[in-house]
Amino acid sequence: MSREPASLSVRLSQPGPIPLAVDFACGPGELLALVGPSGAGKTTVLCAVAGLYRPGAGRIVCGSDTWFDGAAPVMVPPQARAVGLVFQDYALFPHLSALDNVRLAMHHIAEPARTAAAQSLLQRVHLDGFEARTPDRLSGGQRQRVALARALARDPKVLLLDEPFSAVDRMTRESLKEELASLRRSLAIPIILVTHDLEEAQALADRISVIDRGRTLQTGTPDDVRLRPASGVVARLTGQTNIFAGVVERVSSEGKPGRIRWDGHSLDVSDTGAAKVGQRVTWLVPPDYVALADAAADGEGNVATGMLVEIVRLGERCVLAVQLGAGERLRFTMAARDLGGRGLQIRSALSLRLLPEGIHLMPSAR
Amino acid sequence: MDWTAFALSLKLAFWTCVLILPVAIALARLLAWGRFRGKSVIESLVMLPLVLPPTVLGFYLLSAFSPASGLGALLKWIFGVPLVFSFPGILVASLLINLPFAVQPIQRAFEAVAPNVREAAFVSGLSPLATMRFVELPLAWPGIVSAIALVMAHTLGEFGVILMMGGSIPGETRVLSIAIYDSVQAFHSGDAAVMSAVLLAFSLVAIALVHVLARVRRADAHVA
Repeated sequence: MSREPASLSVRLSQPGPIPLAVDFACGPGELLALVGPSGAGKTTVLCAVAGLYRPGAGRIVCGSDTWFDGAAPVMVPPQARAVGLVFQDYALFPHLSALDNVRLAMHHIAEPARTAAAQSLLQRVHLDGFEARTPDRLSGGQRQRVALARALARDPKVLLLDEPFSAVDRMTRESLKEELASLRRSLAIPIILVTHDLEEAQALADRISVIDRGRTLQTGTPDDVRLRPASGVVARLTGQTNIFAGVVERVSSEGKPGRIRWDGHSLDVSDTGAAKVGQRVTWLVPPDYVALADAAADGEGNVATGMLVEIVRLGERCVLAVQLGAGERLRFTMAARDLGGRGLQIRSALSLRLLPEGIHLMPSAR
Repeated sequence: MDWTAFALSLKLAFWTCVLILPVAIALARLLAWGRFRGKSVIESLVMLPLVLPPTVLGFYLLSAFSPASGLGALLKWIFGVPLVFSFPGILVASLLINLPFAVQPIQRAFEAVAPNVREAAFVSGLSPLATMRFVELPLAWPGIVSAIALVMAHTLGEFGVILMMGGSIPGETRVLSIAIYDSVQAFHSGDAAVMSAVLLAFSLVAIALVHVLARVRRADAHVA
């Protein structure tokens, strides 16, 4: 059953009741993550693509098929869209066995081929031996796999995953993520993953689209979104904490760094982008672009000095917060084994070097 | 023991169940998931027989179905017989008075089906009809079984509205509950005792059977 791989393009707009202004595309074999806080409208967008929600205006096109066109108007029902959707709580048919859950989505195949195909799909998600079990006799991770197998049962043109890892424990989540990462290599269709977890998106997605209040704020590679957010709002939504305000002193040109004034420091910035001299900007430096420096280096070469006020241990990594002169807090990460080696503890005095290539300027709000 | 009355009671219970189920399922589904104006009006009308004295309902039906009224004349023309003091008449009365007993449990069962399970069926390619057949009805099955049990038991025991609408014509409208009443009136308490015991036993067996059926159906639920 081969088919020309098709890309999906989605453009939706409506003033209410759920405001929407989203615009993104996803190529065959690409995994696009829709990231945003709870209530950002991510699930609504997914439902619109699946045909379960009719938006006010816009267009949803998959390959040569128009699934929705507010102007025409076209609204193809979900049955005719060939979309695989994994619901957040999986929405399995509770009265049916795992095998029948998958078989029911395969009405396009005649028996006995249908049962054989359903069985091989369950094998593909490592559920052989669980065919006869109903959802109430499966673990959270197993239910997610049944939901995934059912979503793939229609031989979909697009795969949609709505927070697929939120209902399972951490251990299961890690193994499911690995399985999804390997499964997607065998799928030549667009995959849209909705998540509020940026780390999950960074780990799995080819591109990330940041959504807030129904609006697409930025779409780009995981590195683009993390290191070069389009605005302070995107930076905050993607979990950046080192966000400050400053004034541009000098713009970068031909390999010469620019410079900004901040909190009594002058900081070199590799690329000042479109900012102008004298402009007030919001800027950020990701924690992994902040390094420990010698105390003697204070005041020169992007070094700031302060006092260690917080240590958060995340297994092999620690996040440390340093309080600087004017009350600003700068966070940075280091390996947990280095923490003990350097004898760092709360109230230790620290000097930190902000790497010029990690500093990113954004237009100041208002 | 009035075996004719017993057979008539069974016949009435059977036809009430057969005719009320499709209507009750459609109404219950509409009330469970529909969002429309006048929903609470329909809900109240369906529930009305629950609080209305059967004799009051019987009186209104008697007035409405009497060949002297316009509606009664029309129905007589359609059915060929007048609906008062006839089996079709008590069947219509039985259907109306049983509506809340049939709709309520099925409506509750439909309400318990998560909306996204239906959406999952649509996304899986199932038409609304196929979704009903393979997902909604199997999930609502316990409610449907409860409805059958309630309607059966209630019809076998119904007295007031049938007496008002049908009187006590042997073989036509004289069901077991009315035969029991007539026996007591005629001081044949022996007959009344036997018929009461038969009605009790039959009601118990019917309800037990229906519940066993519900368990069997749930256990071997599978896709055809």
